[in-house]
Amino acid sequence: MTVFEDLDGLAGRIDDGALVALSPDYSWVPMALVRTLIRRKAKDLSLLTVPIGGMAADMLIGAGVVGKLEAAAVSLGEAGPAPRFTDAVESGTLSVRDSTCPAIHTALQASEKGVPFMPLGGLIGSDLVKNRDDWKVVDDPLGTGGGPVVLLPAIKPDVALFHSPRADTQGNVWVGRRRELMTMAHASATSLITVEAIEDKDFLDDDDTAAGTLPAMYVGAIARAENGAWPQALSGHYERDMEHIRAYASQAKTADGFQAYLDAHVLAGDGA
Amino acid sequence: MSDASYKPEELLITTFADLLDGVGHVAVGALSPIPGCAALLMQEEARQKGNDDVQVSIIHGDANNPFTDGGRELFDCAGQGRIGAFFLGGAEIDGEANINLLGVGDYPDLDKRFPGSFGSAYVYFVIPKVILFAPEHSKRVLVDKVEFISAPGTSPPEVHRPGGPKALVTGKCRMSFDAATKRFTLEFTHPGISVEEVRDNTGFDFDIAGDVPMTPEPDADRLALLRGSIGPKIAKTYPDFAARIFD
Repeated sequence: MTVFEDLDGLAGRIDDGALVALSPDYSWVPMALVRTLIRRKAKDLSLLTVPIGGMAADMLIGAGVVGKLEAAAVSLGEAGPAPRFTDAVESGTLSVRDSTCPAIHTALQASEKGVPFMPLGGLIGSDLVKNRDDWKVVDDPLGTGGGPVVLLPAIKPDVALFHSPRADTQGNVWVGRRRELMTMAHASATSLITVEAIEDKDFLDDDDTAAGTLPAMYVGAIARAENGAWPQALSGHYERDMEHIRAYASQAKTADGFQAYLDAHVLAGDGA
Repeated sequence: MSDASYKPEELLITTFADLLDGVGHVAVGALSPIPGCAALLMQEEARQKGNDDVQVSIIHGDANNPFTDGGRELFDCAGQGRIGAFFLGGAEIDGEANINLLGVGDYPDLDKRFPGSFGSAYVYFVIPKVILFAPEHSKRVLVDKVEFISAPGTSPPEVHRPGGPKALVTGKCRMSFDAATKRFTLEFTHPGISVEEVRDNTGFDFDIAGDVPMTPEPDADRLALLRGSIGPKIAKTYPDFAARIFD
């Protein structure tokens, strides 16, 4: 059964050292949960961005929550480079497994299917492959004339984290067209999800909602977090707070500025 | 580009739109307002000529985003050959069209870290017409050899590669790329830019075929279409860019 609890309870379910899959800034990123994780001083998380990271990943890295990172890229998008990520890599304090977007999607699909690996085209000749000892280039094993392919091991996150406009009282969660959230949740041992609202109904009763619903069997726990994606957007509900994001991009350029940001917007508590 | 009748970005947009002529499905990735405008302009111009079948897909936003199967769908679509053209940038691009989006220095101990390779290591192989974009035309960006290959410009024959780079557009010129010779050829220089200026600011050797013409400038009709019709469309995905260029 899906548990309903508060944000602190949800963050408490993420063990130090866990492999955590996180939705990207443009896809229902659980910013309130990210702030709660920083407040609870989570440590040594292995962070997987699906497939790229933004402000959420940058904040987790800056706050010392992340031990290892796997990502296709980390960037604040229109607001510029991700300053804490860039600084951590350039100063050698963050271990990064560099990937590429479809490799992360494919490795999660392998986990969805319960197979140990999946092949992906392209990639060969990229220095990414040279630097990934867990990826393997093999000749087409079926002899179909497709040439060499890269095999990617399944990625099985301990937990998937994202935000959603709504869950129902059965523990089902709406993802709509954000199907990467579905893949992430399927691939992970469990999902911890924040939502704007919990509706007293069963999304699976209606075909119109069922098709865009992550069923409760994949959902470990749900917490309410109003404006839980802020300052990022929740598509269809609210826009990005670009002014705030730009202010972060500028402030987080230095460690002191980042600490001041945390003091003002994270450590004082959500809704402060 | 001293002529005040259009902005440098508008010349880049129309240059890209010319390169997209005849493509059936253009996909535009993250952080690509200029390519996005070019794709929408090409689509509108095709429509005016009676071709309603040009698809433009802009990922991440809600506008012009046809994908309903998650982040993977763009890549799956590309792998199937359903996407005809795509744009890639590069913090470094070299003379063999290798691109570096990741960083410079001795990997993993990088001196300068860029965001990362995004989907380049895949789409560069499978999309037939990849157009490289380097707004800053300098020896810092256009290098002899990239320090990290996010995606290689060419592949040995045994590697399945239906796609790859076809052109490079910079702030100074337009070049074509030939995978067989692994070389760029200077095709056009932008107004006010000489071949020498291009050469002096390019870190790799490239070919020149005879006299190099000037990049065609956008005419009044095209500018009107761009400002009147395309600007409001791109504003749905890139409001800041639209306000800066078209308002």
